[in-house]
Amino acid sequence: MEKDKLTLQYIPSGDSAFIIKAGEGISAEVNTTVRKLLVSLENWKIEGITDFIPSYNELMVCYDPTVTGYRHLLDILRACGNDIGSVELPDAYTVDVPVLYGGDCGPDIQDVADHNYLLPEDVIKIHSSVTYLVYMVGFTPGFCYLGGMDKRLDTPRRQAPRLKIPAGSVGIAGNQSGIYPIESPGGWHLIGKTPLQLFNPERKPEFLFSAGDSIRFLPVTENEFRTISEEVKKGIYNLKRIKTA
Amino acid sequence: MLTTVQDKGRYGYQRYGMPIAGAMDVFSLRLANLLVGNDVDAACLETTFTGPEIHFTADGAFALTGADMGPALNGVPVSINRALKVGRGDTLSFSGLKNGFRTYIAFAGGINVPEVMGSRSTYLRANLGGFAGRALEAGDELQLGEMNSAIRETAIPDDLVPRYQSDQTIRIISGPEVNRFTMDGIHSFLTSEYRITEKSDRMGYRLAGKPVAHTEAGADIISSGISRGTVQVPGNGQPIILMADRQTTGGYTRIACVISADLTLVAQMKPGDIIRFREVTIDRAQEIFAERDRLLRKL
Repeated sequence: MEKDKLTLQYIPSGDSAFIIKAGEGISAEVNTTVRKLLVSLENWKIEGITDFIPSYNELMVCYDPTVTGYRHLLDILRACGNDIGSVELPDAYTVDVPVLYGGDCGPDIQDVADHNYLLPEDVIKIHSSVTYLVYMVGFTPGFCYLGGMDKRLDTPRRQAPRLKIPAGSVGIAGNQSGIYPIESPGGWHLIGKTPLQLFNPERKPEFLFSAGDSIRFLPVTENEFRTISEEVKKGIYNLKRIKTA
Repeated sequence: MLTTVQDKGRYGYQRYGMPIAGAMDVFSLRLANLLVGNDVDAACLETTFTGPEIHFTADGAFALTGADMGPALNGVPVSINRALKVGRGDTLSFSGLKNGFRTYIAFAGGINVPEVMGSRSTYLRANLGGFAGRALEAGDELQLGEMNSAIRETAIPDDLVPRYQSDQTIRIISGPEVNRFTMDGIHSFLTSEYRITEKSDRMGYRLAGKPVAHTEAGADIISSGISRGTVQVPGNGQPIILMADRQTTGGYTRIACVISADLTLVAQMKPGDIIRFREVTIDRAQEIFAERDRLLRKL
C-alpha cells in the first residue's frame, strides 16, 4: 500500500532553535515521526546542536549559532527529514504503575464519578483498563502527557486549583490523565496516588518514562502501597514492564 | 536579593521536562569567567538587585560583571569588568544598584558544588543543584576550585559590554505562530511600549501594554517546545518573555523570539522598565551574535 508522503515543516524559533513540525494535532503516528527525528538527529551527532525538546507534533532542535549557522543547519535537518523512513526506533516499554485509588490519595474521585454519572468503582475500573501512550514529557520534570484516556472519564479542570498537589498524584483534567512527579500547584482532579518516584535526580535513570513508552495503571491496596513505597525508598522496587508489541 | 549558584545551565534533559536554568545573562557569566581565567561556563554567583557581603577566607581573585551594584573591597570602591586579587580576610560588599539588575561574581577556580545531572546550576522550583538546591543565605560557605594562574589584569574594550538602560529596544525574530495574530496585533506588538511588571522572575518577564490581538483561532496551541527568549502571548494579549527557568513546553501562541545577542539586555532589566520590540532577520541576528562572540574570544 502506498504510504502518504510525509510533509515536514522547518520553522525557526529565534536564532538558536529550529522546529521540525511533523503534522497537526495529537496522533500516535505524528508523534512517532517526532521520535524518529529525535533518534535520527542524535545518531548523526551534529556539531552545534545543544539539546532537543520533543512534543506532541514538533521536535525543537536547540543549537549554538556560533558553531553552526541557520542555513547550514536547515540543510542538515532537511536531509535528516528526507531520510526518516529508514529510522528504527529503540524498543518501547509498557510499564505498570501501581496506584492507590480514592481515599486520601484520590480526594476528587467522587467529583469525577458524579460528573460522569458513574460510581467511584467504575472510575477505577475504566481508568485502569486502558493502555496510555506517553506522548511527551514536559511542563515540569518527569510530567508525562498521557494519551488514550477513556472519554467516559472526561472532567473539566477544577474551578479552584490547589496550591499543593503531592508528588505521585494521579489526576484527570479535561480529556487527559497524568501523574505529578513533584509537588506543585495544579487544577487537576486527583483520583489516586502512586508510590513510584517518576523523577529522582540521584538515581540512574533519573526519569522513569520517556516519550513513546506506555503506561497501565495497576490498582493496589493500602498494604501493597506501603510495601512498594518502602521498596522504592530503598531502591529495590522492580518496575513491572514488558516490551510494547 | 536572590543569590544563586549558576553556570551555563543543565542541557540534555529538556526532553524530560527539566528546565535549563543557569545564568539569566550568559554573556556576563562568560565574561566574568574569562576575566579570572576560569572555563568559560564555570559556576558563578548570580545576584539580583542587591549584592551579598562576602568574606574571603583564603587568597584568590574574583571579577564582577553585569549590573554595577557599587562594589567595594574593604570599604574601598572597586571596578566591575576586571579581575581583582583578594587576600584572606578581605571583604567584598555592595552599596546599591546603579544600573542593570543582575551581577555575576566569578571566583578564580570556580565554585565547587556537586554537579547534578551534569550542571552546577540551581533550579529553585525543584530544589535542585547549585548550593543545596536553594538561594544562598547569610552564613553559607562556598568552596572554590583550583585557581588557574592566568588572571587577566587588562580592562576590556568599551564596545564589548552594552550600556543598560531602563527603556530599551529589544530585537526579535518573528514566529513560529506569528500567523495566529491579526495585522493590528502584530502592529501593536512592534510599535507599543511594554512595561515590565512585578510578576517577573527567573522564569520570565510578564509585560503590560497594548494587548496583542489574536485571530479567531485564539491563544492556545498544543504543548510545544519553548526556546530561550520566546515571547508567548496568552489570551489576555499581554506578552511574556521566557527566560532561564522557563518550562520546557507551553500551550500559548509564540509570536516571536528575542535574538540571542539581546538576551543580556533583557536579563539586566527590572520591573518598571520599558521594552519596545523591533524585528530583524535571522541572518542579521546571527551576525550580531557572532561578532560579539568574536570580541569575547579575543580576550
